[in-house]
Amino acid sequence: MDRIPILKFGDALLVTIQVDMHDRLATALEEDLTSKIVSHNAKGVLIDISALEIVDSFIGRMLDNIAAVSRILDADTVVVGMRPAVAITLVELGLSLSGVKTALNVERGMALIKGRLAASEHADDDVED
Amino acid sequence: MTTLRTERLEIRTSDDVVRARQLTRTMALECGLSLVDQTKIITAASELARNTLDYGGGGKVQIDVVEAGGRRGVRLTFEDHGPGIADVETALKDGFTTGKGMGLGLGGAKRLANEFWIESKPGEGTKVVIARWK
Repeated sequence: MDRIPILKFGDALLVTIQVDMHDRLATALEEDLTSKIVSHNAKGVLIDISALEIVDSFIGRMLDNIAAVSRILDADTVVVGMRPAVAITLVELGLSLSGVKTALNVERGMALIKGRLAASEHADDDVED
Repeated sequence: MTTLRTERLEIRTSDDVVRARQLTRTMALECGLSLVDQTKIITAASELARNTLDYGGGGKVQIDVVEAGGRRGVRLTFEDHGPGIADVETALKDGFTTGKGMGLGLGGAKRLANEFWIESKPGEGTKVVIARWK
């Protein structure tokens, strides 16, 4: 079965969705990401959906699930690159992706994750002091 | 109303849901829908195709490019011979689901289309028609 590649990028995992995903592929990505967060000790997950022409309720639920599971595993999920037409359609569909952080592009998404990492390291310093 | 082009597709697997999206896109492009309108009708098609597969046990879709009063549009007709929907009004409410989804499919598809029509008989099946006009 096809798999969507997951790349390691510093402390984060980067997923670029470039194909029109069928449902099984989306489910496989959810499972793969969960195990890689643990095996790579990842602190963040960046999902680039700039190539996606639509996000329907199934993909929306997948993004919500990934964000929820990664949060429990102490990693932040940021969805980047959503097309404006996709955002308009998602809201009308009734999906607000309230549990998912979003950023306009990969750079800003990475900055979000790094910002959180820096903040938590700073908090650790405070405890040591 | 004149029909300018008609395509048909069987919906038996989740790959067919992808095909239904792609065919809807082709037809939406052909009738000149804006990018946002294309995205809306493709998303609605995806929701309804998945409903046909998951709840109807498979079925078919007919996609038409239509013209009426000088306007073009794309019309989709989904049909299955599954268990049918006992209470259509409740099924249209957000959050109502008998399956594993979020319960946005039917109501969401209705919001994303300009026209929505549904007929369902328990034990016989379900037919849903949506249209998006330029």
